[in-house]
Amino acid sequence: MAIFAISLSMDHIRNFCIIAHIDHGKSTLADRLLESTNTVTDREMQEQLLDNMDLERERGITIKSHAVQMDFQHEGTRYVLNLIDTPGHVDFSYEVSRSIAACEGALLVVDASQGIEAQTISNLYLALEHDLEIIPVLNKIDLPGAAPEEVTDQIVDLIGCDPDEVIHASAKEGLGIDEILEAIVTKIPPPSGDPEAPLQAMIFDSVFNSYRGIEVYFRVFNGTIKTGDEVQFINTGRTYEADEIGILRLKQEPRKEISTGNVGYLISGIKVAKEVKVGDTITHVDRPAKPLKGFEDVKPMVFAGIYPVETSEYEELRASMEKLQLNDASLVWEPETSAALGFGFRCGFLGMLHMEIVQERLEREFDMTVITTVPSVAFHAIGTDGSLTQVNAPSELPDPTYVSHIEEPFIRAQIITKSEYIGPIMALCMDKRGQIKNQVYLTSDRVELSFELPLSEVVFDFFDRLKTISRGYASLDYELIGYRQSNMVKLDIMLNGEKVDALSAIVHRDKAYEWGKRLCEKLRGLLPRQMFEIAIQAAIGTKVIARETVRALRKNVLAKCYGGDITRKRKLLEKQKKGKKRMRQVGNVEIPQEAFMAVLKLD
Amino acid sequence: MNKSNDSLAGIYIHIPFCKQACHYCDFHFSTNSQLRDQLIKMISGELVLQRGYLGDQIVETIYFGGGTPSLLSPHQISGLLSTVYDNFTICDQPEITLEANPDDLNTEYLENLRATGINRLSIGIQSFQQEVLQWMNRAHTQEEACNSFHRARSSGFDNINIDLIYGIPLEQYQQQDDLKQALELAPEHISAYNLTIEPGTLFGHQLKKGSLVEIDEETAAAQFLYTMETLDSAGYQHYEISNYCRPGKQSGHNLGYWNGSYYLGVGPSAHSFNGMSRQSNISNNAAYIRSLEKEQIPSEVELLSARQRLNEKILLGLRREIGIALELCVDTLAINLNASRGNYLSRLVSQELAIIEKNRLILTDKGKLLADSIAEDLFLDI
Repeated sequence: MAIFAISLSMDHIRNFCIIAHIDHGKSTLADRLLESTNTVTDREMQEQLLDNMDLERERGITIKSHAVQMDFQHEGTRYVLNLIDTPGHVDFSYEVSRSIAACEGALLVVDASQGIEAQTISNLYLALEHDLEIIPVLNKIDLPGAAPEEVTDQIVDLIGCDPDEVIHASAKEGLGIDEILEAIVTKIPPPSGDPEAPLQAMIFDSVFNSYRGIEVYFRVFNGTIKTGDEVQFINTGRTYEADEIGILRLKQEPRKEISTGNVGYLISGIKVAKEVKVGDTITHVDRPAKPLKGFEDVKPMVFAGIYPVETSEYEELRASMEKLQLNDASLVWEPETSAALGFGFRCGFLGMLHMEIVQERLEREFDMTVITTVPSVAFHAIGTDGSLTQVNAPSELPDPTYVSHIEEPFIRAQIITKSEYIGPIMALCMDKRGQIKNQVYLTSDRVELSFELPLSEVVFDFFDRLKTISRGYASLDYELIGYRQSNMVKLDIMLNGEKVDALSAIVHRDKAYEWGKRLCEKLRGLLPRQMFEIAIQAAIGTKVIARETVRALRKNVLAKCYGGDITRKRKLLEKQKKGKKRMRQVGNVEIPQEAFMAVLKLD
Repeated sequence: MNKSNDSLAGIYIHIPFCKQACHYCDFHFSTNSQLRDQLIKMISGELVLQRGYLGDQIVETIYFGGGTPSLLSPHQISGLLSTVYDNFTICDQPEITLEANPDDLNTEYLENLRATGINRLSIGIQSFQQEVLQWMNRAHTQEEACNSFHRARSSGFDNINIDLIYGIPLEQYQQQDDLKQALELAPEHISAYNLTIEPGTLFGHQLKKGSLVEIDEETAAAQFLYTMETLDSAGYQHYEISNYCRPGKQSGHNLGYWNGSYYLGVGPSAHSFNGMSRQSNISNNAAYIRSLEKEQIPSEVELLSARQRLNEKILLGLRREIGIALELCVDTLAINLNASRGNYLSRLVSQELAIIEKNRLILTDKGKLLADSIAEDLFLDI
């Protein structure tokens, strides 16, 4: 059996991920590991290898997780190290959990000057839940602001390790890298499982390749997958032929087989990202296994309308959205029509960041300018007959006479901050209808606050305000904890008596007045004066709760219009008219696009 | 109406000199008189070079504008006029207008002007209030304003316009007083302009700095309405946004601009129009002279598409008492506003901004306040 000579023993495989807060140096550390193991040459070295998309690099976060395999010689033995990258934002916590589930160990990377952040803690807990071996790394110890003792204490507190086990490193300077590699080999257990058992491989990510279709990334828990195998994705029930399998180096390297414990990719001509669900199990058609635990069908949490600024670009926008969806399986959308904005799409996102990313990718990659409407969460309208209707947009709210009550999703939010910002953060969360549940001092001046909050309040200007009041010294993590009854109302905005559907929102009754008042005021400043007066009204049902008026334009006429003035004046009016073409019309009122965006920035 | 306009044209001669700069004025002028003789020679030169511009059209109006044309000697004016006569076909009784400042109009000058053939005066009185005149840096006094008018009458001028400016942001300013004094003079024509603060003027600078605050829109509207009402009661015909006249005493020259007649403008910054294109001369006296010395006209030409010309018809027509035809056409481009903009027209009518009469859309006084907005709404997309 010559094949065993090149086959890999499970004992020599180590699967690990890196848990770190944004900017704590995860990507730089990954680069150093790749360099030290000669997986990548200097020439191939990009600043942050694992972050492929421009957008990710700019934001300093990894949106889509990837994996890379390295070789490492330790005491004369060759080890294979699979680094599975994890997305770094709350919106993608399910994807993080699947990446973690694919590993036996994790590097816990903490910035020696910043300390532990909320996101790190929640991911750390996820890793501990999956019994991962944690290797604590104190990064950026070379920085002047580093407080190694204090941050070491935090780490020891959290994972109960010996302070001596904490590796001091500077990924930027290349310090501590060898120590980290050695710890990966010696401390992280090798994978277990049975190569001869029926195939169970977990999908932890997928990437769209315009030439080859969807690339599926997986980790084999039991059995062996070979090129040409007939495989089935258990949760979707779809079957494919494994056209190509291989391992992930800097580039993909095809292999004949991938066995238990290892990580690889699969290409089988899948065209649509939706068919590939993170957490799904791959098995053989002719020798099926049971699905692995932990699969969830991720549902969008935040909804908003996306409309082209130029109404004529609707088809172009649709094409762009379709392309976007090819490599973003979590983006869902369906066509929607707005009286004010025309044809567009109702989109579902995992969260606010995801929504921002989609918007930015539409603008950057597809050169589309879009109007995004007020984000909404998925409310539940409970009918008088006890039926449940999911409401993703204000327009979907059933007639109030048939609604017994409305439920809204609540989250548990963990915020870690400096103690001096507790007051303002408490005030913010109270303002957002939150309830404080717990307050824990991590050190003398770092505190972890737990709140229960309605998600609808968090999707709306929460992050920005949190960042502002804490001067950036607050990190947030959240998880959904279920639906609760709330006194929600639909607030409409009317211009000269005509509803502007795109400006409607579902808000809590106690906040409706303030919301309506602020929105009317904001609109007054944004609507250009027209030849008639414009009444801006905020109303709940038929009851008007706020009103502002844009006075009619009284005088607009040039005094002198002789030989030389004619061209100048005509050009000016033509230019203004062109500008107005981008406006939307409701009744006889022209609405500039900024007015639709204004709702998103109500402060 | 069109048949006569098609063959009649005007000539505009721009005299870009002033004694002093008025604080509101952004017309092209220089207070440096050194170049005056040379410049007049060049303007004559330009007239010769442009002798073919109007084709075989007959010139009905000649207009000396500025700047301050009354700084020219009668001799210089006759010189320019004979160049015009030598190079163009002039009708039997052309309207020949000269813009004049009151302080230039002494009896001798006025009599000599009559002799040159000037038969219409446009006197830049602007206001009869001393504080206002000073504030605007006008060179004349209230007394000179009235006296110059009387002297012009005595010298035989029977077609006189006076310019007025309203909307003055001074506490002492009395609009009624200016109109009253103007009516006492009984001119054939009154041009009443709302003060417009232009960038590049002293007022424009003060506005930017905040030391000058324009009157509010409501006051400006009220003053415009008051002007319209007062002059209407006094028997003046409001035939264009800022122009009022005794019956039959319209400015023929300006009507030409508004009804699409051809015109040739000579001198720095002057504009010309030949039905298809509009061109403008450079707004710099020295550069103008340098170019004309080489017998080159320093101008930029803008070709006007049918849509642009149709938009100009709308823009200019709405400013006039005759309004615009509901069926508009330029070359092969024809639109019917009733068909294409019916709802909008109904709205204008129901809001009392316009009336529709004999298939024409005519703005009401209230509508005239918003003439630019309405023109913009009716424009064709370019």
